[in-house]
Amino acid sequence: MRLSRWLARHWVMGVALLVLGYLLLPIAVVAALSVNRPANRLSYDFHEFTLDNWRNPCATSEMCDAVLRSVQIGFIATVVATTLGTLMAFALARHRLRGRSGLNVLIFLPMATPELVLGTSLLTLFVAGGVPLGFWTIVLAHVMFCLSFVVVTVKARLAGMDRRLEEAAMDLYASEWQTFRRITLPLVLPGIVAAALLAFSLSFDDFIITNFNSGTTVTFPMYVWGAAQRGIPPQVNVIGTAMFLIALLLVLTSTLRRGGRRLRNP
Amino acid sequence: MARDVPAGDLCLADLTKTFGAFTAVDGLSLTIGQGSFFALLGASGCGKTTTLRMIAGLEEPTSGQVLLGGRDIARLRPHKRPVNTVFQSYALFPHLDVFENVAFGLRRRGIRPVDGQVRQMLTLMGLDGYERRRPAQLSGGEQQRVALARALINHPQVLLLDEPLGALDLKLRRRMQIELKRIQTGAGITFLHVTHDQEEAMTMADTVAVMNAGRVEQLGAPAEIYEFPATAFVANFLGQSNLIAGVVAGGNGGDVLITAHGVRFSVPSARARADRGPVYLGVRPEKLHLVDSVDQVPAGSQYLTGTITDASYVGVSTQYLLRAGCDTELSVFVANSGTQRRYGPGDRAVAYWNPQHAFLLGRRADEDEPSTPVLDEPVGAARD
Amino acid sequence: MSAFAQLPGVAGQSTSPPAARPGRYRLLPYLLLLPGVAWLFLFFALPLAQLAAASLYDPNGSLSTGYTMTWAFGNYPAALQAYWPQFGRSFRYAGTALVLALLMGYPLAYVIACKAGRWRNLLLVCVVAPMFTSFLVRTLAWKTILSDHGWLVGLLRDVHLLGPDGRLLATPVAVVLGLTYNFLPFLVLPLYASLERLDHRLVEASRDLYASRWQTFRRVTLPLSRPGLIAGTLLFFIPATGDYINAELLGTPNEYMIGNVIDSAFLVRLDYPQGAALSFLLISAILAVVFGYLRRAGEDVR
Repeated sequence: MRLSRWLARHWVMGVALLVLGYLLLPIAVVAALSVNRPANRLSYDFHEFTLDNWRNPCATSEMCDAVLRSVQIGFIATVVATTLGTLMAFALARHRLRGRSGLNVLIFLPMATPELVLGTSLLTLFVAGGVPLGFWTIVLAHVMFCLSFVVVTVKARLAGMDRRLEEAAMDLYASEWQTFRRITLPLVLPGIVAAALLAFSLSFDDFIITNFNSGTTVTFPMYVWGAAQRGIPPQVNVIGTAMFLIALLLVLTSTLRRGGRRLRNP
Repeated sequence: MARDVPAGDLCLADLTKTFGAFTAVDGLSLTIGQGSFFALLGASGCGKTTTLRMIAGLEEPTSGQVLLGGRDIARLRPHKRPVNTVFQSYALFPHLDVFENVAFGLRRRGIRPVDGQVRQMLTLMGLDGYERRRPAQLSGGEQQRVALARALINHPQVLLLDEPLGALDLKLRRRMQIELKRIQTGAGITFLHVTHDQEEAMTMADTVAVMNAGRVEQLGAPAEIYEFPATAFVANFLGQSNLIAGVVAGGNGGDVLITAHGVRFSVPSARARADRGPVYLGVRPEKLHLVDSVDQVPAGSQYLTGTITDASYVGVSTQYLLRAGCDTELSVFVANSGTQRRYGPGDRAVAYWNPQHAFLLGRRADEDEPSTPVLDEPVGAARD
Repeated sequence: MSAFAQLPGVAGQSTSPPAARPGRYRLLPYLLLLPGVAWLFLFFALPLAQLAAASLYDPNGSLSTGYTMTWAFGNYPAALQAYWPQFGRSFRYAGTALVLALLMGYPLAYVIACKAGRWRNLLLVCVVAPMFTSFLVRTLAWKTILSDHGWLVGLLRDVHLLGPDGRLLATPVAVVLGLTYNFLPFLVLPLYASLERLDHRLVEASRDLYASRWQTFRRVTLPLSRPGLIAGTLLFFIPATGDYINAELLGTPNEYMIGNVIDSAFLVRLDYPQGAALSFLLISAILAVVFGYLRRAGEDVR
């Protein structure tokens, strides 16, 4: 009786924890494989513990080249997409515009289109236009699909901002530029940073769109894809684990900082 | 703009603001004397906040002028005006600490060094030791004082206060009301205070303007407005009034005679806003006195007889409803001084008043006859 | 007189003549929008137009000889006929994965939003953080988990849920599990956002008004979380339908979805007209499903 009552109350919690396990299981496997010395090139089973992969992540120089290239592409795409997207977000959030609904559709559609179609359509355009595929076509494509996410993220932050703060600044003798510089920008900055992080992670992890527009340029996901057929070096798992840890660290420090501020606030 | 304009007076001249088809402020003309404490009182949506925003420069008037010391500032951008605002819920910059919030205006005008002034200001406001706190770490009262310090440090010619005490609890409100008043007297700055709270307006302001639908219904000293309201709206927005619908029956020397529900009343003509046609006879509930029978009514008083239908004990007073036949229900406040008999529902009683305390208001003939007083909270009790 | 008399005086306000109100900013928003809109136009809208054109090219052309525009509408029925099974499979797999994801994601989002208390942020991190690990690497990890000599298959064989030769890898089960896994966070996050906004007093009010736990969920929580449910469903379903990584890595050609076909049309067989036609068929099918769904979901809300 008591057990069934307890179950009735807590089964949702149990299911949630199981689902969480399902979400985290592959990460655990990646982490385990990053300290594994595989039995042979095509084996993905745990064989023997070693730290060699972590000590020497660039044993396969092709892989490290690919990671470096992904970082370069991610960096450029992030800077461009964040800049253009932030400008758009300001225009949309702060000004009355003609054709706003049309604009919103144009911004929303890339997010609602399957990546596959984004990739194939860009490929047909580049081929028809005789554009050589490579590093820069990847950047063009990445900026395109990151842009919408940046606009949406920054716009949400702007919409959540109290307009009276800007009015108060103007009332306290700040000109339009000073108001922007001293009040608006600092308050929107967390949104811009979040958008940039999102853009970078989207770009770094993109395989499908890149696959159609890379020519012979190899990014990290492209490398993993190619290696999957031949046997993946365990260092790939080192990169995967490291990315997870970096992301975890970033998110945790930002929540801790926010949480700490809230704690001090009675 | 009848009188001569001294250097620092704030004059609104035929100020109008429309939002599409909606007229928020309708040809408002006011003069606010330099160094006075002026309150704009009204329900939400009456145009008082829009008026304030036009003076601050946050809203551009559709037409009309805002004159400060004779100079039209209506079209100056907000940062070019010697006017500062204490915003509703303060609008403190969340990313700056208390010191930087207070120093903000000085820095923008390139005044340097700011240290001494800011510290002096914080000391005045009792905010010593709070320099490095963020607004989110302050209580409501502390935030209020920072907002005030942030505005006052600029020594504006006019300080605009937009419901500055709305977010505080009652006790703190009372304390801040007194403090604000003291600061205003000391600093000699013109304060323009926008509020929906009639008690707050009356406590603090030298002059109160009651606004309704974008216009000023009545302007004057608090006691003046309360004792002799100009319209039915004011009579019921500022405190409560018993308004008895009647018709002027003639004059009798210094008195105006009224017939209401077949009974004759009189009001001194000095207390009459109308001397013909349909009128309201108004008496404040605390100006009514209760006795058991007509013989106890003092000479020269006027009275209505009825049955007590409700008695609410509220501490300082007991508030009765007296049904005086003919659908007339009067609200009567009797101070709990201990000398008065307590009535209960069903008791017969006589309510009398001194005609000097009554007032007469014009009434449109088509206006329904609300013989029952409006007993609800004033319309303005709803927050903006 | 209070100490205010000694207020730091700023006498003699410097005042400049009345300046014109900002009418000069009228063009600013359009300037701000210009580069971004141009980018989206050049690299999103224009390519789609080019894709549409390519889908009508002469199917007999090739990348080396060049394509000619012949308004070959026949490409569409031909492509559909040739790859009907893969199309059906895409929607079947994505649909099954969606149902699974809803069954898993709703309890998870609910617990994070309503029951987690101070663990909420940590749980959210657990949902989000995997997305930062390369999704190819994670999908490959599933290959390890589901492999024939892994512990999972061993366990399932021991409890006779799988036959002695039964396997998970290279089966539809593996592909659907992979799809569910990969896109689950996209479903959980919007759902969480709308559950988090839900006023807990509504639930209490419902309980107060004699509703059982289940009735409260059915009549209050579920309808109020509908916006998040709709957004999450779309964010899950659209990429899942177009995905081909899971089918490629966890399945065999027998599990190939339409994405695999499009991929090989463009990158292996170099049959652009067919690949373009298939791409458009995919978008049209997704749009049809999405609009049908939105219409029904929208009606239900009313």
